[in-house]
Amino acid sequence: MATQTTTVGRIPRVKKQTGLWSWLTTVDHKRIGIMYAFAALFFFVLGGIEALLIRLQLFKPNLDLMHPETFNQLFTMHGTTMLFLAAMPLTAAFMNYLLPLMIGARDVAFPRLNAFSFWIFVLGGIFINTSWFLDGAPHAAWTGYANLTTTQYSPGTNTDFWVLGLQLLGIGTLISSFNFIVTILNMRAPGMSLIRMPVFVWTTFVTAFLILFSFPVITIALFLIMFDRLFGTVFFSVAAGADVTLWQHIFWIFGHPEVYILVMPAMGIVSEILPTFSRKPLFGYSVMVFSTVAIGFLGFSVWTHHMFTIGMGPVATSAFALTTMAIAIPTGVKVFNWLGTLWGGNIRFKTPLLFALGFLSMFVIGGITGVMHSAVPANMQHHDTYFVVAHFHYVILGGIMNAIFGGFYYWFPKLTGRLMNERLGKWHFWTFLIGFNMTFFPFHFLGLMGMPRRVFTYAEGIGLEFWNAFSTVGAFVMAIGTMIFLHNLFASIRNGEKCGSDPWDARTLEWSLPTPIPPHNFDEIPKIHARDEFWARKYEGVDPNAPVEGWNPELDEYEKKHGIHMPSPSIWPLILAIACTVTAYGLIYSPWVMVGGILFIIVSIFGFAYEGDDGYYIQPTKGLSQ
Amino acid sequence: MSTYPLPQQEATQPASPTMDAAVHPETNTGINSKKLGMWVFLASECLLFGTLIGTYIVYVGQSVTGPLPQDLFDIPLTTLFTFVLLTSSLTVVLADQAARQGNVGKLRLWLAATVLLGLSFLGFQFFEYKHFIEAGLFLKTNLFGSTFYVLTGFHGVHVSIGVIWFLSLLISSLRGNKRAVNATNVELAGLYWHFVDIVWIVVFGVVYLMSEIG
Repeated sequence: MATQTTTVGRIPRVKKQTGLWSWLTTVDHKRIGIMYAFAALFFFVLGGIEALLIRLQLFKPNLDLMHPETFNQLFTMHGTTMLFLAAMPLTAAFMNYLLPLMIGARDVAFPRLNAFSFWIFVLGGIFINTSWFLDGAPHAAWTGYANLTTTQYSPGTNTDFWVLGLQLLGIGTLISSFNFIVTILNMRAPGMSLIRMPVFVWTTFVTAFLILFSFPVITIALFLIMFDRLFGTVFFSVAAGADVTLWQHIFWIFGHPEVYILVMPAMGIVSEILPTFSRKPLFGYSVMVFSTVAIGFLGFSVWTHHMFTIGMGPVATSAFALTTMAIAIPTGVKVFNWLGTLWGGNIRFKTPLLFALGFLSMFVIGGITGVMHSAVPANMQHHDTYFVVAHFHYVILGGIMNAIFGGFYYWFPKLTGRLMNERLGKWHFWTFLIGFNMTFFPFHFLGLMGMPRRVFTYAEGIGLEFWNAFSTVGAFVMAIGTMIFLHNLFASIRNGEKCGSDPWDARTLEWSLPTPIPPHNFDEIPKIHARDEFWARKYEGVDPNAPVEGWNPELDEYEKKHGIHMPSPSIWPLILAIACTVTAYGLIYSPWVMVGGILFIIVSIFGFAYEGDDGYYIQPTKGLSQ
Repeated sequence: MSTYPLPQQEATQPASPTMDAAVHPETNTGINSKKLGMWVFLASECLLFGTLIGTYIVYVGQSVTGPLPQDLFDIPLTTLFTFVLLTSSLTVVLADQAARQGNVGKLRLWLAATVLLGLSFLGFQFFEYKHFIEAGLFLKTNLFGSTFYVLTGFHGVHVSIGVIWFLSLLISSLRGNKRAVNATNVELAGLYWHFVDIVWIVVFGVVYLMSEIG
């Protein structure tokens, strides 16, 4: 093993620890997590602005603020952006930053692939959004139903950007899932059995499996549209005998697990916040884990409840209605376990806990309307109305985003050594919660009154005016809440109140580390003796050095003597991501650029592979050594 | 919340860790992380090909114009080239064994054999496509053309990637790059190759053989 060499082949490796170049070449999971968070917040704001424009157009009946085509582009990009560029990367930010810390590892299994996942997400996001300045943004809704996406109904390049952009994002997401699964299976500290892992790690694990089995399906679905559009195949051409409901099946086989991909990590975040602020262990840990896994399995068996109206016949419809109702059981178990965690606890109402409670209440409302959809006769009435829009915003924005905000307030001190402002945090919480309910609760009424989703405008005098106007006002209240959050976040980085390395008196391993966390995370790989290891060390007299099964003391000795092995930074992840993006532009605009892009990809893969994964050694006490 | 009973240290410890053990510490599962990563990747590939094969099955018999599978397929010839591709799985196993034994000569021989068998398969696919196109089956002709070319083309791209992979291992070996050509890397390429072969068995069954029984 040529571990001591610093250059491999012809490309010298970058060794910078600071400055722009160090961020472009970093493979440190903590830095990648931070970059995920900022990039995703940027896209979250972008998707929010799109939402505000949609609400403005719907403020009054028969408004004409924009062209209907622009409206189509706005709701398509709002959905696409919020799901793939905001919510998923925000959860990825937490996974990246926390996963290795929580299981006592120094990094993820494949640090360079992790960097590649990030870069292809950023470039894919930019790629989709450049369509605004070129031929117009995607306009066939985030579900891209066939045959709205065929060249007959979408002749421009709009849909091409959607197809290829999602393809780029999908590659990154899939690679992340490989990475997280291998990391969790292979890199736990000695004593960290699967059943001792924090629930956030469990939800990450199940999420990664959901990605693993659902993203290849959307990859093929997008390939089929791409071939239809670019190479003239007839997958969704009715004239050639195609069945357009095939798209709906394939899309929702991906699309429903996607919902759980979003919500699982949020559940994990809440499961970390609640015990800390109740000063109690999580109620029913093993049932919680089992419910997580059960939701993961059931998530693959409910996809057709998105398409009950296509007429699949009573047997298929009833079967899928039953599986959909069954999902409410493990989900309900989780909700009661969270309540059980709070029950009798020594509760401190800090901002993270407020947001966790916001998650709990909003998620339950969204969950109840979800069960309502599983009743087929009711579903036939709700289908494609604002009732559905209300349902998934309660789950995604009210549920998932509240949990993510809570996660920001909770782990911010671990990154910066400073607390976010509590007073602003409470302002943020209440404006966001009130604005959210003002915006989306009326959607239930609008939906039951029959207002279809994705309409450009509505007629006067049919009873839709008041709640639409009310909802638009609510959207701006929510926007104020988000601005308070952004202000609080950026101001607290510089001016937040200073705090120690464990300000919340927390339970999991990451809080046992100094702030800021050193690049190698742990000076010595920790030994795990209990489920809430850090709490057990603080309050139950567990000796951190007591031996555990699977501990190899000679490895610790070796590291003390020779230093800790760290993965080298690399520029190839960024180059490979650029190559993929160039190819995507080539597919739309020029076959020559496409061919060049594919060659560029091949060269980058060879660069990536032959650079190798050798690293350098770090001495916790003495600094870098070669 | 109680702590768990602590198991006693194993009496026998392995010999002092080598450099390799420090770089790649023992994993929880005992499986090398790269290898586990490959298995996980192949699991997702099952869904990738599963969706394509599913699309093919849904559209069997739905084409409104010809040519149709029964007009074009030459099952004995396809069987021959299926045999060629599956034989390459044997040569990969032999290459893997040579890599474990550190037998560089044999490793190069079997890597070269795998590349040649893979290339013959691709050559067959090229001539099959050429023959079908001459018979009037294009991507856009009918649902059969679309589903057939995209499914087999997707598989062909996978075979091509495998051929490039083995070729680069062979060239690295010839250039004496011991770092790139080790038993793990050969095994990773081998796992991928076996998977691509297994997919072909399914494609051969579903696309070619099923066309015989309608």
